[in-house]
Amino acid sequence: MESIKDKVAIVGMGCSKFGELWDKGQDDIIIEAAYEAYEDAGIEPRDIQAAWVGTLNGMAGVTLSEPLKLNRIPVTRVENFCATGHEALRNACFAVACGMYDIALALGVEKLKDTGVGGLPVGRGLHPVLESRRTAPGTFAFIATRYFYTYGLSPEEGKRTIGKISVKSHHNGSLNPKAHFRRDVTLEQVISAPIIAWPLGLFDCCPTTDGAACAIIVRAKEARRFREDPVYIKGIGLSTNQMLPHFEPDFDWTGFEMNREAARQAYEQAGVKNPRREISMAEVHDCFSITELINYEDLGFSPKGRAKEDIDAGTFTLEGELPIQPDGGLKSFGHPIGASGLRMVYECYKQLQGKAQLPERQLKNVKLALSHTLGGPPQVACVTIVGT
Amino acid sequence: MVGIKSYGAYIPYYRLERAEIARVWGGFAMNPGEKAVANGDEDSLTMAVEAAFDCMKGMDAKESDGLFFASTTSPYREKQCATIIAAVLDMRNDIRTADFGDCLRAGTAALSSAVDAVKAGTAKSIVVAATDCRLGYPYSQMEHALGDGAAALLIADSDPIATIDDCYSVSDEITDVWRRDEDHFVRMWEDRWVITHGYSKNVEQAATAIMKKNGLGAKDLAKAVVYGPDPRSHEALMRRLGFAPAQIQDTLFAKVGNTGAASALMMLVAALEEARAGDRILLASYGDGADAFLLTVTKAIDKIRDRRGVKSYLASKAALPSYGKYLVARNLVELSPGQGIVGRGSATVMWRTRDWVLGCHASKCRKCGLVTYPVQRVCYRCLSKDDYDEISLSQKKGKVFTFSLDNLASVGINPPIVQTVVHFEEGARFYCMMTDCDPRQVKVDMPVEMTLRRFHEFGDFHNYFWKCRPIREGGE
Repeated sequence: MESIKDKVAIVGMGCSKFGELWDKGQDDIIIEAAYEAYEDAGIEPRDIQAAWVGTLNGMAGVTLSEPLKLNRIPVTRVENFCATGHEALRNACFAVACGMYDIALALGVEKLKDTGVGGLPVGRGLHPVLESRRTAPGTFAFIATRYFYTYGLSPEEGKRTIGKISVKSHHNGSLNPKAHFRRDVTLEQVISAPIIAWPLGLFDCCPTTDGAACAIIVRAKEARRFREDPVYIKGIGLSTNQMLPHFEPDFDWTGFEMNREAARQAYEQAGVKNPRREISMAEVHDCFSITELINYEDLGFSPKGRAKEDIDAGTFTLEGELPIQPDGGLKSFGHPIGASGLRMVYECYKQLQGKAQLPERQLKNVKLALSHTLGGPPQVACVTIVGT
Repeated sequence: MVGIKSYGAYIPYYRLERAEIARVWGGFAMNPGEKAVANGDEDSLTMAVEAAFDCMKGMDAKESDGLFFASTTSPYREKQCATIIAAVLDMRNDIRTADFGDCLRAGTAALSSAVDAVKAGTAKSIVVAATDCRLGYPYSQMEHALGDGAAALLIADSDPIATIDDCYSVSDEITDVWRRDEDHFVRMWEDRWVITHGYSKNVEQAATAIMKKNGLGAKDLAKAVVYGPDPRSHEALMRRLGFAPAQIQDTLFAKVGNTGAASALMMLVAALEEARAGDRILLASYGDGADAFLLTVTKAIDKIRDRRGVKSYLASKAALPSYGKYLVARNLVELSPGQGIVGRGSATVMWRTRDWVLGCHASKCRKCGLVTYPVQRVCYRCLSKDDYDEISLSQKKGKVFTFSLDNLASVGINPPIVQTVVHFEEGARFYCMMTDCDPRQVKVDMPVEMTLRRFHEFGDFHNYFWKCRPIREGGE
């Protein structure tokens, strides 16, 4: 097996404003992200030779070709739960790496605020009775319950521990002009918020958000023709599991094998031996605060069962040893499902280039940035590592 | 020798104090006590399933040759419930199934038909499940009176715990208590006439006739198990028939309420729980006439002491905290629709997967022994293909592996929903909701058992599926 390391580069990216965009349709946010990426790469729409669009709620390739008028070229819609944005990027990268195309576009988008209700729908419409009344917070609450039980945290201790994750992400989001939520919250606010699915409260859950993000991919050796500071793909790992691991007899509900496997694949390609030390920053899938906690462990940033120590030590804050969610994460930046993977890569790309909009957000000495999406309940995970 | 080989019963977990009904509507509770209330996910069919499982405990349902369902509150106008229950019990398909309905005598009509079929040699044994959850008009005495419950009897040609010695029926055309095809609540003509010319007259005729025919007087009977619509009318009739208080089987009115077509058979189960070999029992029901039976308890009665029956299910209960919760439990109010549940009903999907949807079948890998629900063609662990045996988890016990109290999943249906992953002793995991529980008491490792419930109405038919609940040991 070959590695994708340094075969392709990102030469332009765009990201729409994230939030409750009542006055914008899906087409509007696609256009916003794509045209920022064109301008950033210094290309024209007609330079694009192939495109991938990632979205859960779209319909075929026309989801993208219609608003952008990308007629005649191949456009494919991909969908892989919450890893959808990463999946669009991954397909575009492999297509360019094999030499089939010179310039490809990957865009992720979701328009969630047109349904009339908050939160994602109950169930996904699989077998008529098998899914129970499955909700995203309900399933991740299973993880919290079992994690607290397994590692001996009382519900109060557990809630304080994961609450600190939300406080950190809200602070990071407060500094970011494109984020959905731009305000700090206190630990007391987080802990006393209304319960969505015990033990998860309102501030343990990411919002439902509208947004889009886009990347322009070229072969690595041609990247400098487009810009001085291209960002190179160092590794992409993807791992899938069962649709309903709820029924899987050996599943321990305290961590995800596909997280570990996707990370293993990406680390191997990128040549990362010690992720805690070698990764400069990470955007991980924090659909819920407890998810971020187990990601620390699955991605090798914290030892299994001991993420609490690093959380308490402030390891993952902007000033910490390994900043995580510098843009606010799903929690604060928002989670338009199909867009999230590319939104994370957008933050990595900007941080690597030293172009985080405000100086107080800009991290120092960023060499290798990791982004991670997790489709869940644990079904699919993708880890994408980019660097200079 | 035809007789009852086994019995079982079911009473829903929740009870409503009659005083609470009186508090809401004003006035007073004419009869004290409480009534049993089926939960919002229960109906006559699910209660019949519970009673039938209780009845068949330790027995192989595949050895039985039929199942009769009896209720005036069948969840279907057109479609048989007996076949659904037979599938849930994992019975053979070369069996006799029938639904009896439309009359409070449906339970005893099913019983006499089962007795006749076994006597005629058409079947060696038949399960009879009688169940009802009738609704009285809000703010009516009927609302105080009616309760929910079920009973089941295994009628067989061998090893009876009680022989059925004789049957006697009276048919009487009278519109005293009724529901038209479009009626939701039970209607009734003036009560004085209903009692004197309906209930008392018919039951008296049937009871007197069967005793006379068999040369028995009131004093020869250990127990008189006679249906009663309310305590006062029941007491008056029993006095006229000459029974002493010790002989009179309680109607369960004060603890469960009038359970309609299930009532007489639930009383019979309660009587059998206390019966001794040699006891002679009179059983009588009412509804557009009356059915009477004479039974003799045998020595085998002591073999069937491990049923939950009426006694145990009576002891296992929780009070509905308010009349409002009663309205929710009986689906008498429309709640805010809230977040829709995404799903499509499909009769073909439910048919294709009925062995695991209704029969609760798991697969047990013949190679590595892994047990998985639902049935998996390719083993999770060793990847062997189509190499498994099927086992049913419906009567197996498990423990809560993890859970959440979900307010989002439950908008519009009485929050919070307790979502659980159950770990079975066999190793299988089952993702399901927990019902009949106090959400505050739910814990990891809590023991649970499975219960079939009505889940949703996708496809415009009833989709039944399994939930777990804390084990209802009750008085055991």
